[in-house]
Amino acid sequence: MTYVTNGNLAVAAEGGKIDPMHQFLIEPVLGRPWIVGGYDLSFTNSALWMVITLVALWLFMLGGMKRELVPSRWQAAVEGFTGFVQNMLISNVGPEGKRFVPYVFSLFMFILFANVLGLMPVGIVPGWHPFTITSHLTVTGVLAIISFSIVLIVGFGKHGFHFFSLFVPHGTPLPMIPLIFVVELLSFLVRPFSLGLRLFVAMTAGHILLKVLAAFVINGINLGPGYIAIVSLPSFVLMIGITLLELLVAAIQAYVFALLTSVYLNDAVNLH
Amino acid sequence: MPQISQIAATYASQLFWLLITFGILYFGIGKMMVPRVQGVMELRESQIAQDLATAEAARVEADRTEAAWNADMDAARAAAQAEVAAAKARALAAAEAQLRSADADLAERIAHHDVAIGNAKAAAMVNVQTIATEAAQELVQRLSGVAVPTDAANEAVRRQLNHG
Repeated sequence: MTYVTNGNLAVAAEGGKIDPMHQFLIEPVLGRPWIVGGYDLSFTNSALWMVITLVALWLFMLGGMKRELVPSRWQAAVEGFTGFVQNMLISNVGPEGKRFVPYVFSLFMFILFANVLGLMPVGIVPGWHPFTITSHLTVTGVLAIISFSIVLIVGFGKHGFHFFSLFVPHGTPLPMIPLIFVVELLSFLVRPFSLGLRLFVAMTAGHILLKVLAAFVINGINLGPGYIAIVSLPSFVLMIGITLLELLVAAIQAYVFALLTSVYLNDAVNLH
Repeated sequence: MPQISQIAATYASQLFWLLITFGILYFGIGKMMVPRVQGVMELRESQIAQDLATAEAARVEADRTEAAWNADMDAARAAAQAEVAAAKARALAAAEAQLRSADADLAERIAHHDVAIGNAKAAAMVNVQTIATEAAQELVQRLSGVAVPTDAANEAVRRQLNHG
């Protein structure tokens, strides 16, 4: 077990330097590390928050399963999200896009719930720390690779090698075809990276900013009344605004991830 | 940045738990719950479309019923008007016939009375002649003592009456 721990938690509790990166630290929870076949599959705080996200989403969906003709508010909310994803796929991919509703819905809701749950003030419960699983490249990268794989599978499964015509736009002059092909191929291959990095960077940056401002508030309070007025209060007001902004970003990033997946699926299904 | 510095130590756990949770999410929620929600939404849409179609059909039916009712009412009104006109004509004809028969009756009775009056007049005239004859006979006897035979007196009176 080689977790990188620098012990900043203890330092923070003593009111000294506060490490804004500490929130991204992955630590095992629920007992001993669990190593299977040389791979460390410990149930970490990250895994815990994945499970919390799953349970929260399941509870949310459960409230919408009454299947009434005239929906309750909860059912209307569930149907609103489902209809939102369905409309996004139909407007981007066409009628065939309905096939991908289960996947894009899972993706969108998983990212949305993970983003929003990472912003919940669970830190006020002693011993708990909010953890944003979408601020981890391993998570966003895997989700991006899954989306990209589905695009490849659908593209080659539906069109075979004709799928490569995606990299040669209509009306390309003959001498330009090799160059355009390479450029388009590169832009295609960059997609999973941009997809995964965008979410990871957006979440990480927002949370670092919030923790830096929180450190200003705490350190200002520790330094005395004058610093509270000059540093802590303005930082706190700014934090409120940035928290609201981060809630917006949480929704937008989930939307962008799902939207780009839809757009890429459109390429795979319809080849431009 | 723990995301990078811890990656070698944590990627297996991250991948494992992400695939488990996202797998459960996809198969449990995406594949099972979402289609049911979509089913309910489609059901509702078809129900609304069906209700609208039913309402439209009912409206058309109501229009047709109203048109039929209007036609019935028009026919009934026309029939009633025809009935009234016929009754009026019948009454008029009956009244005319009655009037005519009354006229004829009256005319007949007048004729009868005329005959009766003529008879009476004639009888009266005969009486007047008889009386005048007797008066003339008596007058002549008293004046001249000549007894005029009845026939001659009668003849003279008749001649005198005819002259006026």
